Amino acid sequence: MNPSPAIQPARLPPAGLADLDPSWSRLAVTVDDEGRECTWHLLDSWADRAGNTDGADSTGSTDGTESPDLTLLCVHGNPTWSYLWRRLVAAAPPNWRVIAPDQLEMGFSQRSGRSRRLATRIDDLWALTAAVGVTGPVVTVAHDWGGPVSLGWALRANESTTNESAATAGAGSSGVELAGVVLTNTAVTQPPGASAPTIIRGVRNLGLLGPISVSTTGFIDGALAMASPRITGATRQGFLAPYRRAADRHAIRFFVEDIPLEDDHPTHPALDAVAEGIRKLPRPALMLWGPSDPVFSDLYLDDLLARMPHADQHRFVGASHLVTEEAAAVPAIVDWITANCTESDALPSESTAAAAPTASPSPSASEWRPMWAGLRDVPDPEATAVVEMGAAGPVGISFAELAADADAAAAGLAGIGVQPGARVALLVPPGIDLVRALNGCWLAGATVVIVDAGLGPKGMSHALRSAGADFLIGVDRAVVAARTLGWPGTRILVDGPDTGARGRAAAVAGGVEHRLAEVIAAGRDQPMPNPPGPQDLAAVVFTSGATGPAKGVRYRHHQISAQRDALVRLYGITAADRLVAAFAPFALYGPAMGIPSVVPAMDVTAPATLTAAALADAVDSVDASLVFASPAALVNVLATADVSPDRFEGVRLLLSAGAPVPGELLASMLELMPNAEAHTPYGMTECLPVADISLEGIRRAGPGPGVCVGPPVPETEVAIHPLGAVALDPDLGLTTEAGVVGEIVVRANHMKDGYDKLWITEAASSSHRGWHRTGDVGQLDDEGRLWVGGRLGHVITTADGPVVPVPIERRVEALDAVSMAAAVGVGPPGTQQVVVVVATTTAPLPFGGLASADLTNQVRRELAAATDPLLPAPAAVLEVRRLPVDIRHNSKIDRTRVAHWAHQILAGARARRL
Amino acid sequence: MKVLLTGATSFLGAATARALLDASYEVATFQRGALAADLVGNVEDHRGDIADTTAVDNAMSGCDAVVHLAARVSPVGTWAEFEAANVDGTRHVIAAARRHGVGRLVQVSTPSVAPVGHGLVGAGAEPAQPEGAANFYVRSKAVSEIDALAAAGPDLAVVAIRPHLVWGPGDTQLIGRIVDRAAAGRLALVGSGAALIDTTFVTNAADALVAALERAPEISGEALVVTNGEPRPVAEILGRICDAAGLPAPSRQVPTPVAQAAGSLVERIWALAGREDDPPVTRFLADELAHAHWFDQRRTRELLAWQPAVSLDEGFALLAAGLGRGAGSA
Repeated sequence: MNPSPAIQPARLPPAGLADLDPSWSRLAVTVDDEGRECTWHLLDSWADRAGNTDGADSTGSTDGTESPDLTLLCVHGNPTWSYLWRRLVAAAPPNWRVIAPDQLEMGFSQRSGRSRRLATRIDDLWALTAAVGVTGPVVTVAHDWGGPVSLGWALRANESTTNESAATAGAGSSGVELAGVVLTNTAVTQPPGASAPTIIRGVRNLGLLGPISVSTTGFIDGALAMASPRITGATRQGFLAPYRRAADRHAIRFFVEDIPLEDDHPTHPALDAVAEGIRKLPRPALMLWGPSDPVFSDLYLDDLLARMPHADQHRFVGASHLVTEEAAAVPAIVDWITANCTESDALPSESTAAAAPTASPSPSASEWRPMWAGLRDVPDPEATAVVEMGAAGPVGISFAELAADADAAAAGLAGIGVQPGARVALLVPPGIDLVRALNGCWLAGATVVIVDAGLGPKGMSHALRSAGADFLIGVDRAVVAARTLGWPGTRILVDGPDTGARGRAAAVAGGVEHRLAEVIAAGRDQPMPNPPGPQDLAAVVFTSGATGPAKGVRYRHHQISAQRDALVRLYGITAADRLVAAFAPFALYGPAMGIPSVVPAMDVTAPATLTAAALADAVDSVDASLVFASPAALVNVLATADVSPDRFEGVRLLLSAGAPVPGELLASMLELMPNAEAHTPYGMTECLPVADISLEGIRRAGPGPGVCVGPPVPETEVAIHPLGAVALDPDLGLTTEAGVVGEIVVRANHMKDGYDKLWITEAASSSHRGWHRTGDVGQLDDEGRLWVGGRLGHVITTADGPVVPVPIERRVEALDAVSMAAAVGVGPPGTQQVVVVVATTTAPLPFGGLASADLTNQVRRELAAATDPLLPAPAAVLEVRRLPVDIRHNSKIDRTRVAHWAHQILAGARARRL
Repeated sequence: MKVLLTGATSFLGAATARALLDASYEVATFQRGALAADLVGNVEDHRGDIADTTAVDNAMSGCDAVVHLAARVSPVGTWAEFEAANVDGTRHVIAAARRHGVGRLVQVSTPSVAPVGHGLVGAGAEPAQPEGAANFYVRSKAVSEIDALAAAGPDLAVVAIRPHLVWGPGDTQLIGRIVDRAAAGRLALVGSGAALIDTTFVTNAADALVAALERAPEISGEALVVTNGEPRPVAEILGRICDAAGLPAPSRQVPTPVAQAAGSLVERIWALAGREDDPPVTRFLADELAHAHWFDQRRTRELLAWQPAVSLDEGFALLAAGLGRGAGSA
């Protein structure tokens, strides 16, 4: 049996808890709805100076009239205590007051034996803020079941702000103004599909609640173990400190019992009032989420976002329930509040777009030409629009048929519940069905989610969960994977004419609810939904993940259209052109540009499967003038080039992108395509194209301070944020001056709207308002050409200034003995030494190590010979058999890993595998 | 300005005397032995032991500044010997400087006075710490640096300069031993030889001492590490020294733990036997050769307004010339 609840007043925490400053702790007294005196323990960053109305006049005040610019009211959940907010108390600016109470019966607050329900807890908190003299703007910050309590308080504060009579009626509430709300892994209802109710019911029904929550520390241990990484050591002791005796843990059980799962549960009205009330809470909101939380999954985040669609959000990939234990969460709270809640007239931020660039006025509806217009505004609607190179020969479809299919798809999708703003993941290879589905989604007002299959199952799972798709349109493999891996969204199968039996099997295995063909058939002659406008969200496109976990990048319709227009402008594309798109992103653009296009027979997720013969067949099928292909595809085309060049005579433009494109590769390709000009655009998922260069341009540029990517494309601005001694110099403004090395920033109409559900990432990338920070470093030359020198994170900060890696690597790679080189820094930032790690066939086995004196001398001589730019002498040259590269592009060196390895070796540690 | 230089017979001492003369200082020297021939007649030559307060006092008379370089540098010896030469010697210099109203003291120290841990990677000049010092030499230098900096005040500007691994042509200590060892085929690398180490070409170190003397009033109380700012793998440094001497680079590798154990053992044997000669390896030397030792030179260069004038490449060419080999291969 559990011991009886302890009856004892609030007390101060014991000294010596990790990261907890005893000077923050204070006690306070309120009177509850039963007229009983309640005693609280709370953290109060102004404990030494805030007005104290409970009688024990605080004497530490330096200025009797001092009041904070802002108060943070932090409410913990179950089974934690105010310790959860210790880092926020420490991180907040001194002109903010941070108050973090231990909820009554929890932490070091009183134990009265009373089971307090949500409504009572909201009253309790309201009384406490009056008792400790909270006035002025307040931001609530909450976790777990602290969420509903804090939101109940917030709704009351908001009412008192907007309704003065209510404000004066509330005990001591006058002068409180709600400035914003921050929520972390919490809930205001049980969304459909959530597993938490089942777990909680099971625990209750099996009689396990008492043993888990009271008799043992099992509930607390569970919560701490949920954190990723696990919370251990001194921090774990801190969380456990108030709950060491069973008699202190009764409220943990009361909390769980207060979750209203049954319809007649007494807390239902209070929770429902909060859940509905926040739909009309016109205040800035931030949701920080640990999506690995086994209880508060993404379903709860989506539910809250549906209620507060204006909220900013950041999902910490890999983080779980105790998301504020994540290193970046606390600074993010401070930064977000500073950006959104510190103006006296704080307004709701317009979703993450508020922090996103607004490069130039977006086009009015009249001048905006939507993507689907390409299917209609064509000289000959009966002309072939898209050709698929199937096993049974080319299959084509006309512009008119595609336009009709797209309309029908839109109506059909609306018919099965695809609402404007719904998210639809498209897992369909380039071809006719993708064009149907894509334009159908857009015409229905949906936002498409584009995930590159090259991310692999794990990366795709992460991306699709983070995007939170409502529907998923996919081919057989995709719907089966979706079901197996638990990807979100109602599944719609795309089964082509030749996938009969396989399609049926997939429909069963994939738990398919709809088929695209049936959806389109059902949509014929149905009324069309209203098409979206230029400001509506068109797509969430995931980055390749080559430089970190894949990030969702949001585009509005006018931005996607602007990208199409930028490409048309840049490459002089006219209605007379015919496109072969062997590069997935560009396969979407042919129809949007209103030109016939074809995808060659290949696996687009594996570019190296493109053969010269398949490319030639594709060119033949539409008499192509444009060929777009990734460098990896071109390498294979050359390796299989047993076709006659006259089959490519009609090609006027060869375009390659997706990874750095060597000039030699383009030159070899042009031997196959005698009438073509070769170009390579520079850009990224967030903005493409940024710059462009032809093979001729590459040759004219010659060697220089990195890779020359050419001048910025028309109507696109490129600027440089100069590097200081150790990092970007915040005091230096953007410049276009030649020769200044720094981070490349861009501004264009066709650039991203923002990162999706990554407020922190977005705030960092758009810290120059209106610009996108690319994370690449480089410089402009006096002819206005852009040179890329590497990634910002790979800049070597020597005592003589920053050094970018690419110019060093290119120079060293010119040596015969060296197949690949990485230039990295070792030592503390600002005083790093340059180290060159080379891949050779003669490196010492098994792990490599110091290069021979001869090779070292060769490398140093090669670098010393460089004059433009001058290159530094490396402190050491190391040698390995192969360097770690990004497997997706086989070209991006993992310099971070190389630097770590070099550091170990040069510190004197034993060699390990790189 | 007249400068007293103690320890002018050492390799760095002679170079410092020349640097002071080049900078047009009037130079007095204080040392036990005979000066280098080129200095004789150009400096005021005082002979004596640093433990002899009267001798130190006499030499200090009439000087405006002192560069205190004299020290007992040896891998062997008793604490009493190191204390007398280094701790008491420095106290005598400070006392004499005070008595004679000398305004500037440059204390020549060593980077080893600060804790090394498992190597130093771009390290700054941490405070000297006698506790846990690797040997009596290091401990005595730590105590004397602390004493010297504690003497800084309105009337006496004190700067501690810690040059790391000073070398150059004519060096019988570091270079001489390496070359002898290599010639006897007894030079081996500790571990892989990849650990980055900083070294200092001798004239650069001497220039830095002169710069410290000039800047002392502005930077009094500072301890600064001085190096060439060109850390290189220890195998490369040894290889280039051998190359300059026309000897093959060391190719044998002794695993770090073996070298450390051997160092400890040799130290005990030498102590038990009371041997005065240099042991072939010590624990301290094994650690120095196995782990990175390189330093952040930004603050040093800024405060001293000094840059090394001779690069490593130039230094090795000079070394080769000094060893009678003409230009060594860089």
